[in-house]
Amino acid sequence: MDHRVYADNAATTKLSERALQAMMPCLTTIFGNASSIYTEGAASRKIIDKARETFAQCLGVKNPNEIYFLSGGSEADNFAIKGAAELMLKKGKKHIISTRFEHHAVLHTLEYLEKHGFEVTLLDVHENGIVRPEEFEAAIREDTGLATIMFANNEIGTIQPIKELASIAKKHGVLFHTDAVQAVGTIPVNIEDLGVDMLSLSAHKFHGPKGVGAIYIKKGIRLPNLIHGGAQERGYRAGTENIAGIAGAAEALKESCEVMQERNARLERLRDKLIDSLLKIERSRINGDRIHRLPGNVNMCFEGVEGEAMLLCLDLQGVAASSGSACTSGSLDPSHVLLAIGLPHEIAHGSVRLTFSTETTEEDIDHIISVLPPIIKRLRDMSPLWEKIVNG
Amino acid sequence: MAYSEKVMDHFANPRNVGEMEDADGIGEVGNSKCGDIMKMYIKVRDDIITDVSFKTFGCGAAIATSSMATELVKGHSIKEALQLTNKAVMEALDGLPPVKVHCSVLAEQAIKAAVSDYYEKQGIDPKDIVGEIPEPIECHLED
Repeated sequence: MDHRVYADNAATTKLSERALQAMMPCLTTIFGNASSIYTEGAASRKIIDKARETFAQCLGVKNPNEIYFLSGGSEADNFAIKGAAELMLKKGKKHIISTRFEHHAVLHTLEYLEKHGFEVTLLDVHENGIVRPEEFEAAIREDTGLATIMFANNEIGTIQPIKELASIAKKHGVLFHTDAVQAVGTIPVNIEDLGVDMLSLSAHKFHGPKGVGAIYIKKGIRLPNLIHGGAQERGYRAGTENIAGIAGAAEALKESCEVMQERNARLERLRDKLIDSLLKIERSRINGDRIHRLPGNVNMCFEGVEGEAMLLCLDLQGVAASSGSACTSGSLDPSHVLLAIGLPHEIAHGSVRLTFSTETTEEDIDHIISVLPPIIKRLRDMSPLWEKIVNG
Repeated sequence: MAYSEKVMDHFANPRNVGEMEDADGIGEVGNSKCGDIMKMYIKVRDDIITDVSFKTFGCGAAIATSSMATELVKGHSIKEALQLTNKAVMEALDGLPPVKVHCSVLAEQAIKAAVSDYYEKQGIDPKDIVGEIPEPIECHLED
């Protein structure tokens, strides 16, 4: 196959060489059970401890014991939200605040809790895809026990004012969780500076392995255990640890943080070049705030064309992209995120998301700029909807 | 979800695509809110569909089923065209993913809608011949 342009890094990223090298010994010679006291077990234990320290250092956490490893972002979100809900109940609180455009790992967990008697308020994210802190504060009630607001949106890449939101939550005695799956490894995240109580992350979003994630839980918060049956992760998550995964995740995070500043400056330039170029197409729009967005995120709509058709054409031209969240591709409804920022259904159907990483080159961007406009023209030429739009 | 080679072929190289200036019947089904609109144009001589073309706004399956439906009715009698089922369109494409079955239903309906329009233009009530064309039920909208 000819050169491929992988532009779906918000879905997943390629494992980095450094992460792979960190994992290899754990898949070969270092095989002991970290719970065992002999030499082989101690070798595995050392790797986990070191990884936890790396995570703490990269994320601005003084006490590595506030980091817990688990299988990924969805598990972290479920654990934090369901666990915090159980804690709230003990205090007689049943109200949770979140936003309309969270990942389904959060939204579906909240729907589950609603069925079990909790009340949920979903904040508006407005046309720019950003929560307004004053609206968050106004939504807090006497019985609000938890707020869960994502750090950066997975579809439109908009970055939320987490520090401000967390400080409002603290003022009102509300626990604050953030799904930082799209942020960690992508933009600077200093957990103690942000002041959040809980934070979810996933390794495969920053060139680590799939199936590994972590959650930060501030000392003093004791959630109910997630998996019973052992003392791993201080009892939160029983089960023999995924040592290779944890080692790879730590190395990938370290690498991401090392290259972040230079990479982001480059990606922002490439992102803006692509957006400016594609906005020249008539009846196109950029979704989400242009300034407060992830450096590698482009999400645009082109009226009169349908997203999946665009993706198939892009794939035929060597470009891997997405339309809305990959998780919703089996659904016929347009993305809940695009509807949340106020797009009508017919425009939301015509979205394309292009997300970039360390691996992305200027040539990749130029390739997209050369192939996408003719694809849109071709699809519009056969679109009766476009005919209607043009003829008024 | 993966499309068959035939679906991809009809998507990448759609047959009979484009507007028809002097169509004898034009049918349009679907709506933009659901993300699919199919428009079929037919030319009829002595009850035979001598030419057919389409324009479609929609996903890969919508474009491929439109294309295949035009192939299946071209040169056939109106009677035969009205017997075209969504299942036949799907089979001709070596199947569709379950979430895309509704596209084949739209393709069947688009042909029927074009035939209805043809009869209406001839001053013939199409109801008894073509029957009702129901709205596709697969598009559930929250609001």
